[in-house]
Amino acid sequence: MSTSTLTRKSVNKVPVNKKPVNWRRVGAWALVAVAVAVTVAPFLWMLRTALSTNASLASNAGNLLPADFNLGAFKRVLGMQSPEEAIAEGGSGAAINFWLYLRNSIIFASVTTAGQVFFSAMAAYAFSRLRWPGRNAVFGLFLATMMVPPIFTALPNFLMIKNLGLLNTFAGMTLPFLFMTPFAIFFLRQFFLSMSREVEEAAMLDGAKHLRIFFQIVLPNAAAPLATLALLTFIGQWNEYFWPLLVGQDENVRVLTVGLGVFKSQSPQGAPDWTGLMAATLVAALPVLLLFIAFGKKVVNSIGFSGIK
Amino acid sequence: MMTTLTKQQQDPAARAGLPKAGKTARKGRLRRLGDLKMALFFIFPAMIGFVLFYLVPTIRGVYLSFTEYSILGDPTWIGIKNYTAMLGDELFWNAMGVTVQYVGLNIGFQTLIALGLALLMHRVAKSTFIRGALLLPFLVANVIVALLWFWMLDYQIGIVNEIINWMGLPRIAFFGSEQWAIPTIAAVNVWRHMGYTALLLFAGLQSIPNHVYEVASLDGASPTRTFWSITMPLLRPVLVLVLVVTVIGSFQVFDTVAVTTGGGPINASRVIQMYIYQKAFGESDFGYASALSVILFLILALVAFVQMKFLKGNESDLD
Repeated sequence: MSTSTLTRKSVNKVPVNKKPVNWRRVGAWALVAVAVAVTVAPFLWMLRTALSTNASLASNAGNLLPADFNLGAFKRVLGMQSPEEAIAEGGSGAAINFWLYLRNSIIFASVTTAGQVFFSAMAAYAFSRLRWPGRNAVFGLFLATMMVPPIFTALPNFLMIKNLGLLNTFAGMTLPFLFMTPFAIFFLRQFFLSMSREVEEAAMLDGAKHLRIFFQIVLPNAAAPLATLALLTFIGQWNEYFWPLLVGQDENVRVLTVGLGVFKSQSPQGAPDWTGLMAATLVAALPVLLLFIAFGKKVVNSIGFSGIK
Repeated sequence: MMTTLTKQQQDPAARAGLPKAGKTARKGRLRRLGDLKMALFFIFPAMIGFVLFYLVPTIRGVYLSFTEYSILGDPTWIGIKNYTAMLGDELFWNAMGVTVQYVGLNIGFQTLIALGLALLMHRVAKSTFIRGALLLPFLVANVIVALLWFWMLDYQIGIVNEIINWMGLPRIAFFGSEQWAIPTIAAVNVWRHMGYTALLLFAGLQSIPNHVYEVASLDGASPTRTFWSITMPLLRPVLVLVLVVTVIGSFQVFDTVAVTTGGGPINASRVIQMYIYQKAFGESDFGYASALSVILFLILALVAFVQMKFLKGNESDLD
């Protein structure tokens, strides 16, 4: 792709103090603009398609504006159209209940996020503030599992959930994520280690117990990293596909990502229901987009390698 | 989601809590056990999760790989038969080939583009807004990204083929032809990950102190020279970590394949994780699927090890 040649160009740009137009800088900005356009344009195309009708899509394939502007696709996806109307507009007519999937996604992502962040914080406290034999060995063992690919544990986990009779239940879907991930513990432990202990030590001299210190001092002081971790975890869980695909096929627990896959495979009337599909993806992406608009800076700044020389 | 890699900090035991004001007689025992009781309490939930969903499945996965098991009945021990069967399994080798091809295309382009973007951000565009915009695709689910491109790359009425057609070129069956399926899936994921990877590299670039560049420019080093003798060597540890993380992720590509081609046409995009999935859940061959995932695990460990070793990821030239 053409961008690979940019590397050199942008580096060649030495700070020049001459007044005339700095063409290198202009060129660099142009490349940034292209990158942003390439990134954002497909999302606009998603919106444009969702606001079109299937019937007029083909004849307006190259038109940048919605073909026959219409909210039918959103209505179809959100179950506000009768099957007859849906079929007339190129939908499958099968009941697709995105409200239900939306509810399921919210339950799945929030329960796993809350559990994972809280229990990981507890463990991180034990790894950073308490002194006990075998602490570093246990921590090392936890960290080592970061290397294990999810598919590797997914098969035995599936068998266990199946044997427990928890297939197609929220319990089965959330349990493997509920208690910890090595990454969450690692992430929080780093912050706890970097936090000043003066207040805690004073509290301890006053006879405060660890439980109180954890709840009243450590957690409030770590609110920012906890929020960042929760945000990242929520987005990750909202987007999770593989595990819910394995254990949550049933409508009652089906999350949006799995629902989208099913929706795509119901190719009605020969051609896919493109407008419905794009409306559905927009609905599914919306919560993450809203979170990102609200907390974008936090997300952006959380990405990096801190502490590496 | 792996977002922050932090060097393990030294953690002297001395910092872990105040010495208890205990009686001298029990001091020795106390020192050995420390806060064990409290620690057990705090670590209990995480320990349940670790043992039940990481440790036991890992051991069980290795065990199952030596058995024949079809979910019904009990696993039967068959020794290394699953592994020897793999040697003659054409679909397995095909899956490996397809996966390696995918990883090569995906990582190659993704890293080059991300490096370019990171340098651009570092030099001219530090704004959070631009960084946020470039990060957007990464925050949206794989499935959504896959479906969006599935539509945009549609043979008949997809916008990309409209543009190709308008330029007077023949339409391309991006997901529908054997030769295009893997490059297309790789490109879709380059699009999704390039901004994220660029941000990681950007953070690495920012950690290179300015005075190094100043010295170089005082010495009259050309920009090209500066890039190859300063930027690249100093960025290397971060670059290697980024490569380790992205290559490992890339080997496990599944979502995009599952919702677009499903592994086809014919076997053209049946990546290794898709093959494992089909063996386990399509053919109920859990023993063989487990053996496949043991091999995948070993490959990933090897790849990470080789990258760290030969690219010297944990050494910095900045001293």
